[in-house]
Amino acid sequence: MLEIKNLCVQLEEEDKKILRGVNLSLEAGKVHAIMGPNGSGKSTLSYVLSGKGGYEVTEGSAHLEGNDILEMEPEERAAAGLFLAFQYPVEIPGVGNMTFLRTAVNSQRKLRGEPEMSAGEFLKVVRAKAKDLKIDADMLKRPVNVGFSGGEKKRNEILQMAMLEPKMCILDETDSGLDVDAMKLVAQGVNALRDGKRTFLVITHYQRLLDHIKPDVVHIMAAGRIIKSGGPELALEVENNGYADLLEETA
Amino acid sequence: MVASSPKLISDRALHDAELISNSGAWAKNARQSASARAQEQGLPQRRDEYWKYTRPDLFVQKNVALIPQARPEISIFADQMKTEIEFKNAKLAADDLPEIDNCKIESLSNACALDLHWVQDIYGKLELAGQNPVKRSLAALNTAMATEGLLVHAKGQVSSPIRIHSVSIGSIDAVIHHVVKVEAGASVTLIETGQYGARSNVVIEVEVADTGSFHHIRIQDGQESHMLTHIFASIGADAKFKSFTLTADCKMTRNECILELVGDNSSVTVAGACLGDSNFHHDDTVFITHDAVNCESRQVFKKVLRNGAVGVFQGKILVKAGAQKTDGYQISQSLLLDEDSQFLAKPELEIYADDVACSHGSTSGAIDEEALFYLRSRGVPEPKAVDLLTLSFIAQAIGEIEDPDLAQAILSYLTDILEAR
Repeated sequence: MLEIKNLCVQLEEEDKKILRGVNLSLEAGKVHAIMGPNGSGKSTLSYVLSGKGGYEVTEGSAHLEGNDILEMEPEERAAAGLFLAFQYPVEIPGVGNMTFLRTAVNSQRKLRGEPEMSAGEFLKVVRAKAKDLKIDADMLKRPVNVGFSGGEKKRNEILQMAMLEPKMCILDETDSGLDVDAMKLVAQGVNALRDGKRTFLVITHYQRLLDHIKPDVVHIMAAGRIIKSGGPELALEVENNGYADLLEETA
Repeated sequence: MVASSPKLISDRALHDAELISNSGAWAKNARQSASARAQEQGLPQRRDEYWKYTRPDLFVQKNVALIPQARPEISIFADQMKTEIEFKNAKLAADDLPEIDNCKIESLSNACALDLHWVQDIYGKLELAGQNPVKRSLAALNTAMATEGLLVHAKGQVSSPIRIHSVSIGSIDAVIHHVVKVEAGASVTLIETGQYGARSNVVIEVEVADTGSFHHIRIQDGQESHMLTHIFASIGADAKFKSFTLTADCKMTRNECILELVGDNSSVTVAGACLGDSNFHHDDTVFITHDAVNCESRQVFKKVLRNGAVGVFQGKILVKAGAQKTDGYQISQSLLLDEDSQFLAKPELEIYADDVACSHGSTSGAIDEEALFYLRSRGVPEPKAVDLLTLSFIAQAIGEIEDPDLAQAILSYLTDILEAR
């Protein structure tokens, strides 16, 4: 699904290397997790893949189903099936959540040359999906993320994911700022989208989230590289021993 | 000081004389004294501090190329309107004005022909009161020369808004003067759409009695129009005044709003939003005087500018001695979509009471890159994402409109304008 080869990235504004040759191969239908200490480049990886400005790719490539996504605009990547659930979802006052969702869904359809979803059909679908995530009518009406609690913002991210039906989902520290119940709810939302074809890249600091979203592969990232990959047991190892041992091991 | 003989006024003298000779006693008086006032003040000059950011030339020159424009019918407010009055080429399109409950609507031209009329207590009087401390000679000129206008006397709750829709074709110089009198306990909403002329000088005088309520909504969207407007309002106790103006793609607009809070516990709001593109100059000039206790005033202006468009805000809150518990709020913000556009702001507070809360702020900024990326990452193409963020930026000003249906209508209209450009 997503092939990342030797991805090297630095900041545009200053000569600071953040990713130093990331290699990842994410198969269709699998859940990969990336863990790693602060500043290891996890969030940068998610931003670079989704097309945020301010970064310069100096080497390497990233292909989604064989298409070079690094050459695409962010909206084209989205239409190609890439989705990033933000660590800090942005508040947009004055734009209703529903308007935003419908604009997003139909913009993607338009970019793909598909017919737009009618208002009636959209309403039906969004209501059903919102209900599963315990998002009430009021939250749908309110301006995007404005006045939402941390948990509501993350649930809203998952709702967007459910509506946009991406092929490749990147979750950037979706567990940050969530209490246990909220995390369970979000994890349920994510699990409901696992259909054997959709691929997930879950970025997290803690093993906790991985109790609820069971990964197939766990990668440890440090200093801009994947230093170790393994099964779910790797996450438990980190939980018990921290990163220090791993970092020493690969030093 | 007598200014150099204003060309426009002297050229209009003949027309002026004709207007006055056709007038009844009260109107003759009002026009003559306004004419003298305007002559004495002289026309605004570029060196006037009050015209520092907006060149008055286009409002005062005789030979301005006025480009005839036929505007397509605006579909805004189609669902909300029951009372509509049309102006065509600065004249009333029909002789008969609508008759509605709790409100009497008359034409200025008819009232002027009478020797006595209730409007004599307001016409030119609020304008005169608003001449101090800043002279506004073009408003005085309007009082002297206005050819038409509506006199709206609200005596109770007026259930649906009164909409004035104007169409002008050809090189029309319109001088329009409306007067609104809102009695105690009465409420009325006045909506203005379209353009009176290719160049318009519009004055609205509003007297809101104790416990009265007045709402005003204005859409300025004539592509080539030059508009100078003044609202002069006096607000009694426990009363309300709200005005909102949306300006899109006019060439040159200056909207002055001069409000005086004379009764306690009242609230006023002046809000505006504009979408400016290239040859666009838009000026909001507001002067709010608090002369009573426990009143609130709000000024909320949002300007979105691109391709060299210019936005101006001059807003002042004057709190007189004794106007305790005043709550004044003033915000003017611009969203500059490129580096060629400009926003000039002059917020002012002048406070002579000691138990007062007044806040003011003014900002200029570009599109928020984080928000833009967020929208694009969801598949929204950049131009559409910029439109959504533009709406988001303007939302606060639209939020000042009390009627949710009217606010929604303006929001949809804005969305259409953004999509079309």
